[in-house]
Amino acid sequence: MKDTADSHVTEDGRTIGGTLLDLRGITLRFGGVEAIKNISFDIRQGEIRAIIGPNGAGKSSMLNVISGFYNPQEGEVWFRGEKRPAMKPFQVARSGVARTFQNIALFDGMSVLDNIMTGRLNDMHAGLVAQMIWKGKAEREEVENRARVERIIDFLEIQHIRKTPVGRLPYGLKKRVELARALAAEPDLLLLDEPMAGMNVEEKEDMSRYILDVNDEMGTTIALIEHDMGVVMDISDRVVVMDYGRKIGDGTPDEVRNNPQVIDAYLGVAHD
Amino acid sequence: MSETPVSIPALLARNADRIGDRPANREKEYGIWQSWTWAEVAEEVEALALGLLDLGLAVGDRVVISGRNRPALYWAMVAVQRCGAVPVPIYQDAAVDEIAYQLDHCGAVMAVVGDQEQVDKLLDAAGDAAPLRQMIYLDPRGLRKYDHAKLTSFEDVQKAGRDARDRLLPELDKRTEALSLDDICVMLYTSGTTGRPKGVILSNRNIIETSKASCEFDHLTEAEDVLAYLPMAWVGDFIFSIGQAYWAGFCVNCPESPDTMQVDLREIGPTYYFAPPRVFETQLTNVMIRMEDATRIKKALFDYFMDHAQRVGPDILDGKPVSTWDKLKYRVGELVIYGPLKNTLGFSRIRVGYTAGEAIGPEIFDFYRGLGINLKQLYGQTEASVFITQQPDNEVRSDTVGVASPGVEIRIDDKGEVFYRSPGVFAEYYKNPESTADTKDADGWVATGDAGFFEEGTGHLRIIDRAKDVGKLAGGGMFAPKYVENKLKFFPNILEAVVFGAGRETCVAFLNIDLNAVGNWAERNNIGYGSYQELSQHPRVLEMMRDHVAEVNESIAQDDMLSGCQVHRFVVLHKQLDADDGELTRTQKVRRAVIGEKFADILDALYGGKDEIYTETEVTYEDGRKGQIKATLKIQDAQVFPVGGQVQEAAE
Repeated sequence: MKDTADSHVTEDGRTIGGTLLDLRGITLRFGGVEAIKNISFDIRQGEIRAIIGPNGAGKSSMLNVISGFYNPQEGEVWFRGEKRPAMKPFQVARSGVARTFQNIALFDGMSVLDNIMTGRLNDMHAGLVAQMIWKGKAEREEVENRARVERIIDFLEIQHIRKTPVGRLPYGLKKRVELARALAAEPDLLLLDEPMAGMNVEEKEDMSRYILDVNDEMGTTIALIEHDMGVVMDISDRVVVMDYGRKIGDGTPDEVRNNPQVIDAYLGVAHD
Repeated sequence: MSETPVSIPALLARNADRIGDRPANREKEYGIWQSWTWAEVAEEVEALALGLLDLGLAVGDRVVISGRNRPALYWAMVAVQRCGAVPVPIYQDAAVDEIAYQLDHCGAVMAVVGDQEQVDKLLDAAGDAAPLRQMIYLDPRGLRKYDHAKLTSFEDVQKAGRDARDRLLPELDKRTEALSLDDICVMLYTSGTTGRPKGVILSNRNIIETSKASCEFDHLTEAEDVLAYLPMAWVGDFIFSIGQAYWAGFCVNCPESPDTMQVDLREIGPTYYFAPPRVFETQLTNVMIRMEDATRIKKALFDYFMDHAQRVGPDILDGKPVSTWDKLKYRVGELVIYGPLKNTLGFSRIRVGYTAGEAIGPEIFDFYRGLGINLKQLYGQTEASVFITQQPDNEVRSDTVGVASPGVEIRIDDKGEVFYRSPGVFAEYYKNPESTADTKDADGWVATGDAGFFEEGTGHLRIIDRAKDVGKLAGGGMFAPKYVENKLKFFPNILEAVVFGAGRETCVAFLNIDLNAVGNWAERNNIGYGSYQELSQHPRVLEMMRDHVAEVNESIAQDDMLSGCQVHRFVVLHKQLDADDGELTRTQKVRRAVIGEKFADILDALYGGKDEIYTETEVTYEDGRKGQIKATLKIQDAQVFPVGGQVQEAAE
């Protein structure tokens, strides 16, 4: 990033750079319902940024704004120092943003390998005929893309299910395959929508480990939505807290944890 | 070369010279089998050895090796030997306190490890005072933020070695040339069913003589392919993947990850294969489970031809006369069932297969032999550099362990304990002269600790049990727990069995269900369960176990000598016996005494005539944390049978 003036190094030795994504005054309405009300926050290069909040707080909508699925009625999205015009999701994907879904969205009948290969779609440019006869560019591209995908398979330790149809996998592994597919796009910004929903403690620990490793080894910036407060507080650098479409807190896990408004929203009790 | 090479590095030089362009190692990585020729391995080993010299490794230093089977770790062992130092492979899944003991005992100054997990364990185990001053890792993942004062990557060490080649090569070659047959080749810790592990020192002579003899015995050549997947700290792996591989010059293939072993096995199709009985059992169980789900026609074909294979397969394999019709039918079976099945199992090319370590069930043994797989048994231990006895081709049976291996002398003392003497007999236990003297006498005879006898007529050795486990029942009858346990474990539904009875009137047993087999059975029979514990205490599971125990009792009753060993009462344990809890050794052998103490309350209940027992057990998780599990176990009475001739009446 150009903006290195305010980059710093975290306690555990990672470098957090300047602003990668800046959301300014975002308001999103569905008819008369305001899902997001005038929210601003930024995501910095190299950090793990969590968005938390009770059900219906607008977290997923927020993620959908970032991924280009929704276009907000008001506000601006600045990405890499430039204001982003209204975009289609595939355009956003090409610009270096990848995501996973709250309800796993994989191709059940396809193998793990093929599913992850779809994450490389933006890097395949050979034409239909070239693909059919599989010569020249098509072959080169596939070999190169496969090599990258194999690195990710190795990284996430899913070699043993490489050829298994996704539909036959248990839930925890499907989540990992989804993460692999998102990583295959080699994103600058990775959006994770409840990566640990429905997992047991052990699976959560594994997933946390992988998220940290991705951030650490690949330098990927990560924005994630998560319900499990323990996990969020452990792995994030900064946390945005949302409630009823508004931002009620923003800061390090410690700051957020002691924020009275956040305590209210989560525990629903008045304090003196 | 006319002279016999005197060390593993000398064998490497010979192979690089003679068969330099043949594959020496393969490893599947990033989905592709990467391969290294003998010449390339020689270069890799040299670079690492130079790097180790650069780090100050001295002659006689010990270097710990830990991690899953990877070519680089095998190279590390040979590189350490090139420097005149001693490789000490340790079990990668060992708990921190076990590692701490071994580190302290061997005084290792360096370690070559696979990944972050091993680094963490060694850091925890070493403490500050330990002489361990350098750790070399293969996989950098997760290690970036560690203090790198004591930590270097494998590649960096090799790079430093290559850079310093001109300066250090003369010293390295001097050290390698100085190696003699009597120098230490490797130090291996025995798993030890009792007490602390002992460091067994094996010399170059032990390893080279043993490898030479055993390669000749089975006509192993440079054309073999093996899959290295058993723990590197185990003597068998050292003999197969280094000793024999370097002697014969064959290729050692390493799996991609522990979970892909079955797929990798199929892709490599080894010609020479070793597995403990439990691996064969698991494979067979998996086949049977999958056949249960197959279509009716497939199942019928499978049953028909497998039945035929059991009947004539072993005879065809041994070249005994078989009728032409049976031979023809076997050929058809090969086409439709045996061939595809062997391919699925990864046994299409297998020429010699061995099993050892535990007794193998006769039906498991016959299953594989019936398919035409030349599966044999051997009997060995770390102190013998593996081989004591083994079965020659065409003299294979499930209840013997074969004849003395080439160069091995065997005698049996008046108490029935087996002793042996061979070129493979270990030099000593490291820093433990008392144990050395207890085990090995002045003439070089080693006590195996196993009771056995030579079968009349065939001259094959039969092992009854651990000599110290064989005891007497209160009534004076002979008590051989292993004999009974093995019979119980031959049922696919029983994973582990522990029998008690020494000094008591009757025998009792603890059983572990095999979650894989019983779980599948439960699924097919619509039996719901929420946990291992719940399944293990399910009334229908208990009923199944009662049937199994009764069947075993019936067969024991026919043996006059051991009929007192029938199991009168038993429980199905609420947890799986585990090496992390100290109940099994790292090589998965039962530690009877530990289990007896740990579950003393259950044992009391078994002998006290209670119907059920409430118990709390401490368990250790993989990361060292501890927890409690609580359960109420129902104690089962088993059907017992009168001795010998009256069995028929009793059964009616």
